[in-house]
Amino acid sequence: MDGRSVSAPPAAQTSRTPGAAFILKKALISAFVALVLFSLMIGVRTEAGPQGQLVYWTRFDDLAIMVAAVFGGSILVELLRRWWGPVDTVRVVPPSVQSALSLAGRLVAPVLLVFTFLVPVLFYNERYILDLAILVLTYVMLGWGLNVVVGLAGLLDLGYVAFYAVGAYSYALLATNFGLSFWICLPLAGILAAFWGVLLGFPVLRLRGDYLAIVTLAFGEIIRLVLINWQTLTGGPNGVTGIPRPTLFGIPLTPADDGLAALLGIEFSPTHRIVFLFYIILALALLTNWVTIRLRRLPLGRAWEALREDEVACRALGINTTTTKLTAFATGALFGGLAGAFFATRQGFISPESFTFHESALVLAIVVLGGMGSQLGVALAALAMIGGFELFRGLDQYRMLVFGMAMVLLMIWRPRGLVGHRAPTVFLKRSQTISSDLVKEGHG
Amino acid sequence: MSGDPILSVDRLSMRFGGIVAVNDLSFDAERRKITALIGPNGAGKTTVFNCITGFYKPTSGAIGLTHDDGRAIRLERLNDFRIAKLAKVARTFQNIRLFPGMTALENLMVAQHNALMRASGLTFLGLIGAPSWHHAEQAAIDLARTWLERIGLLDRADDAAGNLPYGDQRRLEIARAMCTQPALLCLDEPAAGLNARESAALSELLLSIRADQGASILLIEHDMSVVMQISDHVVVMDHGVKIAEGTPREVRDDPKVIAAYLGADEEEAIAVMESGT
Repeated sequence: MDGRSVSAPPAAQTSRTPGAAFILKKALISAFVALVLFSLMIGVRTEAGPQGQLVYWTRFDDLAIMVAAVFGGSILVELLRRWWGPVDTVRVVPPSVQSALSLAGRLVAPVLLVFTFLVPVLFYNERYILDLAILVLTYVMLGWGLNVVVGLAGLLDLGYVAFYAVGAYSYALLATNFGLSFWICLPLAGILAAFWGVLLGFPVLRLRGDYLAIVTLAFGEIIRLVLINWQTLTGGPNGVTGIPRPTLFGIPLTPADDGLAALLGIEFSPTHRIVFLFYIILALALLTNWVTIRLRRLPLGRAWEALREDEVACRALGINTTTTKLTAFATGALFGGLAGAFFATRQGFISPESFTFHESALVLAIVVLGGMGSQLGVALAALAMIGGFELFRGLDQYRMLVFGMAMVLLMIWRPRGLVGHRAPTVFLKRSQTISSDLVKEGHG
Repeated sequence: MSGDPILSVDRLSMRFGGIVAVNDLSFDAERRKITALIGPNGAGKTTVFNCITGFYKPTSGAIGLTHDDGRAIRLERLNDFRIAKLAKVARTFQNIRLFPGMTALENLMVAQHNALMRASGLTFLGLIGAPSWHHAEQAAIDLARTWLERIGLLDRADDAAGNLPYGDQRRLEIARAMCTQPALLCLDEPAAGLNARESAALSELLLSIRADQGASILLIEHDMSVVMQISDHVVVMDHGVKIAEGTPREVRDDPKVIAAYLGADEEEAIAVMESGT
């Protein structure tokens, strides 16, 4: 309680605007909400004692600081808003900044691509960064894959991880049981995942929005539960071990005599394999990107986007909405499956634990944060989500808090994602981006 | 009526639970003519449209479509997108249904989906960039350009459809329907919300579509100036039944039509409704 009274900054009192009372009232309400919220979360700390009993102690000073911060912050935000002048929807990001952003936007993609190609050269000796880069690229690929379903076709899919799992287990089981190589299994894993995408698609064709989301969510869980319980095939919770590593045209990247290092006459280093994996996932991700960009300019891709805009109009134009939806599910699943196969070969070990709902949510967050339908936005969002999460590792228990806050702020400033506007697929004179206000989000 | 009907609706009925929206309705739409379906609000015009274009499955009755080559199609047996795809019936909507986040040009490209799908070898030829696909795509863009020019929107081809003024959106929706190369064009209140000048331009557009494309047009309209000016044949509905049909002049002077519109004789209207059920 004391936190509320200590910290009214002098600015609030000296401000002679007629709304001073309003600002104070708003700040008081915010502070009260913060007090209620934080009183148990921060005010009381509980822990299990040495004999298992409940030990708790109060942290009212921390609580006071938090509530004071909310109070002061609320006043500060209101004052900033006044100083900024009346804010309408257009002015949230000033036009000058927007035009600068769009100019930078055109340069971001090529620069990012060149930089990505150079990552193994620049960070050859930093295993941690290479591993992180592979992880980021995996999520870029997953994001691009899901972008087809959610961003283009407007079908909310909360079970995307199922296709990731199908791809991973396809490769793992085919390789360990039949000794097939990665390069043969990769397309097979993609095709199997696409097949499951169609299977999922059929029952959910008539569903829209929330209902579609729930069924896809359930589908993701079903796949995971099957993986856990079908012990004879999948090894259950123990997973599949000893998944072979990919080879370069049949040449293994091992220290053995027939390994790549020995053949080239150079000293073996485990980094070779990491770099090799990096370029595999980069190639897969770029393939995903290329195919998606191509598809958008083909009638199929345009039909996906038209479906997102207005399904009834699509039917009136003779577009088979059933096959259009199924192809969207299948294409998204195909890329998920390819990424899954890569995941399996990279880890060498997979278990159902890697394919929880958390992964689906993460990939969906990447797509939404990036701007639904935008390839560049999704790539940036994957970098921010996966890379940023690692960046905050030093913050320990506050990592999630900071991360959540960053996401909330981003969604306030750019409610339609980093790249919210839409680029037309065909133009007569001049391609001009379409404002996100006009682009529909789809209703499933 | 004599002649060569492209569409013949025979004893069409549509019930929603206990409500009879369309009752035993029969009429023909002549080939290369403009047929207007008029009537007061709630007469069941849009329901008839939805039955013809496959959005509703009629409770009973038959809807026959005869193409120029003599191919006859029973529309009530087709459903959903197949009516537009196979029977070549295109429609517009009372409340405009463009793809607002796509450009005017893209809207017209989506309309050519089925033709382009074939040309792109179900996407695979297009994916590898086969020359035949590029030719087909260019042809589709040219067709779209022609239509944009006709509706006076060539300058705004690359603007988002949702950004266009209302009247332009109406015309764009008609152009989009025409890009499907339909045999029968069904327009649901195309002049709704247009001012007098725009209505006149719309009438001209529809007349030119009939003359140049040889399209048959069926339209629902409340704007009597448009109906009287361009229709070859008018069918009047009230409370789900046909109360009159004929040339615009005949219909205009029909006392039953006047009664239905003015609501002068409510008892008669009730009698008509009851005799229908």
